[in-house]
Amino acid sequence: MAEAVIKNDSYSFVPKLFTVLKYAILVIACLVVFIPLVVVFLGSFKNNTEFLSSNVFALPTKFEWSNYKTAFIDGKVLLGLKNTAIIIVISCTGTIIVGTMTAYVLQRFKTVLGKVLKAAFLLATLFPAISMQVTVYRIMNNFHLVGTMAAPIILYIGTDIVSIYIFMQFLDNISYSLDESAIIDGANYFTVFFKIILPLLKPAIATVLIIKVISIYNDFYTPQLYMPSEELSVVSTSLYRFMGPYGAKWEIIFAGIVICIIPALVIFLTLQKQIYAGLVNGSVKE
Amino acid sequence: MTKKTNTPERLAPRNKLSKAYIEKMITVCLFLLIPTLLLVVFTYIPAAEMVKFSFEERDQFGVNVKFVGLENYKTVFTTPEYFAAFKNSIYYLFGSFIQLGLALFLATILCSKIRFSNFFKGVVFFPYMINTVAVALIFRRFFQKGDGITNTDGTLNSIITLFGGDPVKFLSTEGLVNICLVFVSIWRYIGFDIVMFIGAIQSISPDIYEAADLDGANRFQVFRYIIAPGIRPIILLQMILAVKGAISVYEIPFIVTGGRFGSSTFVIQTTETAFKFQKVGLASAMAVVLFLIIVVVTIIQKLVLKEDK
Repeated sequence: MAEAVIKNDSYSFVPKLFTVLKYAILVIACLVVFIPLVVVFLGSFKNNTEFLSSNVFALPTKFEWSNYKTAFIDGKVLLGLKNTAIIIVISCTGTIIVGTMTAYVLQRFKTVLGKVLKAAFLLATLFPAISMQVTVYRIMNNFHLVGTMAAPIILYIGTDIVSIYIFMQFLDNISYSLDESAIIDGANYFTVFFKIILPLLKPAIATVLIIKVISIYNDFYTPQLYMPSEELSVVSTSLYRFMGPYGAKWEIIFAGIVICIIPALVIFLTLQKQIYAGLVNGSVKE
Repeated sequence: MTKKTNTPERLAPRNKLSKAYIEKMITVCLFLLIPTLLLVVFTYIPAAEMVKFSFEERDQFGVNVKFVGLENYKTVFTTPEYFAAFKNSIYYLFGSFIQLGLALFLATILCSKIRFSNFFKGVVFFPYMINTVAVALIFRRFFQKGDGITNTDGTLNSIITLFGGDPVKFLSTEGLVNICLVFVSIWRYIGFDIVMFIGAIQSISPDIYEAADLDGANRFQVFRYIIAPGIRPIILLQMILAVKGAISVYEIPFIVTGGRFGSSTFVIQTTETAFKFQKVGLASAMAVVLFLIIVVVTIIQKLVLKEDK
C-alpha cells in the first residue's frame, strides 16, 4: 500500500517537475488576473501629469487622494452605491417572499394552476432577457414606471425562475410529516408556511441571496434603460457615465473603479465559502 | 414530488365543501397571485407583443403602424449589417470553448495536492465579483493605444514597448478587437467555470481516488477514467450555456468599444435598432429570431443530456 503512494508522489524526477509546472501555471494565472488590477490601483493615486508621464507600473510619487474625492462626490459613485444598496435590499426581500411562497405552493400542492404556472415559468427562461426589453419598455412606460426604481425592482423580482427552482429543490428534501403534524395540531397553511417551512429554507435563502446580490450589483442594462437620470445612478451606470466628463482622465476613472471593487472584495473575503457553495448549488437548476 | 402517499392532499380531502379544501384553495390563490401577475404583465404580454410587432412597421410611440408581413424578417436576414453581427458570435463561441478547457485544466490542478490552493482559487475567481462596467473600463484602458496628446499607451502597449515592440491598435483593428473582447470575457467568467468544475470534481467519492492510487494509476489515467466521466454532465451543461452566452453577448463589447470596428453583436444591434433608431418592428423581429435560436439550442440540450443518461 505504502509502495504505491510513494511511487506516485516523490522519489522519481517526473512528479517533481509536474509539481513545479503546476505552481508555475497557477502563478501565471494569478499574474494575468493581477496585472490589469494593479495598474488601476497604482494609477488611481497619480495626478494627471504624473499619470500621463510615468510608466504604468511606476509607483505614484505622491498619493493623490483628490481623485477619490472627485470620483466619490462629483462622479456620483457614492450615490450609486446608495441606490444600488436600496435596490438590492428591496429586490432581495421581494424575491425571497415571492419565491418561497411560490415554491411552497408549486411543490406541496399539485393544482392545475400550479402546473400551468410552472410550465409558464420554464418557458419564460427561454426568452432572451435583453432583447425582450424592446416591448417590456412599452409596458413599463404605460405604467409610468420608467425613470423610477420600481422598474428594475419589478423586473428583478418578477422574472426570477432560478430562485423558485432552488427553493423547490430544497423543499423536496423537507419531510411532509412536518406539515402533516402541524395541520393535525390545527395549524392552517399560512402558519405552516411561516412558522415551519420558511425557517427551514434558510440555507436555500442564503444561496438565492448570494446569486441575486451578485447579479443585481453587476447588472448594467436594466438600470441604464429604465433609470437614465443622474439622481438614480447605480454603481454600474455611475461608472459608465465617467467616460463622458472624465474621458481622458483615467486616474479619476480608476479611483471610481477601486471604490467599486472594495465592497466586492470585502464581501468576497468574508463570505468566500458561502459564495462558492451558492454558485455551485444555484447551477443545479438547469 | 415523488412521495404520493404523504402529500398534504391526503389531509385535505377532495370534498368541495370541506373547510380544509376551501382553505387550501385560498392559500394557493393568494400565494400565486403576485408571481402570476408579474409573469403575465412583464413577460407574457411583452412576448406576445413582440411577435405581433415583428410583423409591423412601428416606432416606440406606436404612431403610423403599418402591417408589413414578413418584411422585417427579410431585412434581418438580408441586410449584412444586421445579420453579420452573428458572425461575431463565432469568436465568442470559440472563446467559450477555450475558456472551458482552460477552466477544466486549472480546476484539475487546484484539486490536486497543492499548497495555497484556496488562495489561487480565490484570485482566479475574483474577477467574477467585479462589476461588469468596471471590468470593461479596466480593459478599455488596458488595450489602449496612446495618441500622444491626451492619452498614453495602456498597460499592454506599455509592456510591448518595454520589450522594444511597436504599439498595436488593439481596439480599432477589425478582427483583433473581437479577440481582445473575448479575452476580457474569459478573464471575467473563467473563475465561475473553475468553481463549478471544482465542485463537481470534489463530489467524486475520495474512495475512488484511493482505489486508483492502489492500482497504481498515473495522473493522466486518473483524469481520463475518473475525473472526466464524473464531471461529464457539468461539462455538457457548460457547453450548452456557452452557446447561449455567445449569441447573447452584450455588455462587454457595448462598453469597451460601443460595437465599433466590427465588434458589434446581435443584441447590441437589436437594442440600437429599438431605442436609437426607433424601429420597434424590426427590433422585435430580431428578438424573435434570437428567441427561436435559443429554443433550438435548448431542444438540442435536452436531447444531448437525455442521451447522456
